Amino acid sequence: MTTAHVTPEQVWTALAAVPDPEIPVVSVTDMGMVRDVTVDGGHVTVTFTPTFSGCPALHVIRDSIGEAVRALGVEDVEVRSTLTPPWTTDWIQPDARERLRQYGIAPPAPAEASPLITLDPDPTRCPRCGSLNVRMTASFGPTLCKRLYVCDSCREPFEGFKSV
Amino acid sequence: MMEPITTLTPTQTEALIRKLTALADDEIILAHRDGEWTGHAPILEEDIALANIAQDELGHATLYLDLRRALDGCDADRLAFFRGADEYTNVRLVELPKGDWAFTMLRQFLFDAYEALWLSAAQKSNYVPLAEIAAKAVREEKFHLQHTALWVERLALGTEESRRRMQNALNELWPHVAQLFAPLPGEADLVAVGILPELEKVRASWESFVLPHLTEKCDLLLPMVPAQAQEGREVHTEHLAPLLAEMQSVARQHANAEVW
Repeated sequence: MTTAHVTPEQVWTALAAVPDPEIPVVSVTDMGMVRDVTVDGGHVTVTFTPTFSGCPALHVIRDSIGEAVRALGVEDVEVRSTLTPPWTTDWIQPDARERLRQYGIAPPAPAEASPLITLDPDPTRCPRCGSLNVRMTASFGPTLCKRLYVCDSCREPFEGFKSV
Repeated sequence: MMEPITTLTPTQTEALIRKLTALADDEIILAHRDGEWTGHAPILEEDIALANIAQDELGHATLYLDLRRALDGCDADRLAFFRGADEYTNVRLVELPKGDWAFTMLRQFLFDAYEALWLSAAQKSNYVPLAEIAAKAVREEKFHLQHTALWVERLALGTEESRRRMQNALNELWPHVAQLFAPLPGEADLVAVGILPELEKVRASWESFVLPHLTEKCDLLLPMVPAQAQEGREVHTEHLAPLLAEMQSVARQHANAEVW
């Protein structure tokens, strides 16, 4: 079998279909995790940045990226991870934020440069009814990237993305 | 700003390996103590929160041991699961039994404040790989600190019983905090060239954050204790060996397994 020759655009398109293993409505490119794609002859290198350092899905993400590129017919794939610059929720694409909201997860507020020690939570809207009349019920959720809330207007509990 | 350091001398390498291992050991042991609450925390949300925190701390241990691997090719799993108590270099603060909820939250708060401020300072390291992981980990650590600072306040200002337990926890933990700021052999040399933050400065910023929180906000009494840690990180309490026996049992029974 000969290795197919692909363009970086083809690789990016393939990666845009790789779902985040914990939030399947968004892809690894939607989340801003894929930082760089290089094609050198038959050798493809994908550089991604982990969201949380202890995220148990990291090896799944790494494997899924490799598989998606191999599915294009490329045999020689290298998946690298980088920590610089550190991943921030500001990199989540605007249309992916809307998909998160429709899925029932409040998208993150802008992270920007916040002081190290802030005891006030970020303003969060109910993803179902849009109300700001919400309460955080737990500052840690079922995954490292989320917190738990309840909406006092529509009474629905929901998850919200941390701003990192 | 000093120039980035790309090559280390053998002495610097040895000292940095020692420091990275100590940093990782603190995180591994604390994560295990936090993990002991899984299924036992007072409410479900806190069970989840502490499991999240433990997972983050293990993530940080992995970051430190990845840096060490770049220096000496170490295997993080072997270091975690096949060293005995006499080889671990964690501070005694993190190995003490998990105690009650007040003890657990206060220990985590004292450690979180130290870790967040150490990482904050380490972002300026001129050893780029360390500056990079510090920038990553500090963002995660601030969530721990927010959470545990609020718990300390909630219990200290709660009922008579919760206040009594929080004060007891402070009395028990306070003698152990000085060890967090005791430099390791060779550490001063790494500070001098800008690779590591100076622990005395971290301690000053830690005190300016922790002391007002405990005394002014939470109305707790600071115990009178010796100013300096008496013994080094190679000296442990009797609590570490049983912890390791439990933590390492599966790995040691299935030493050739690829995933535990």
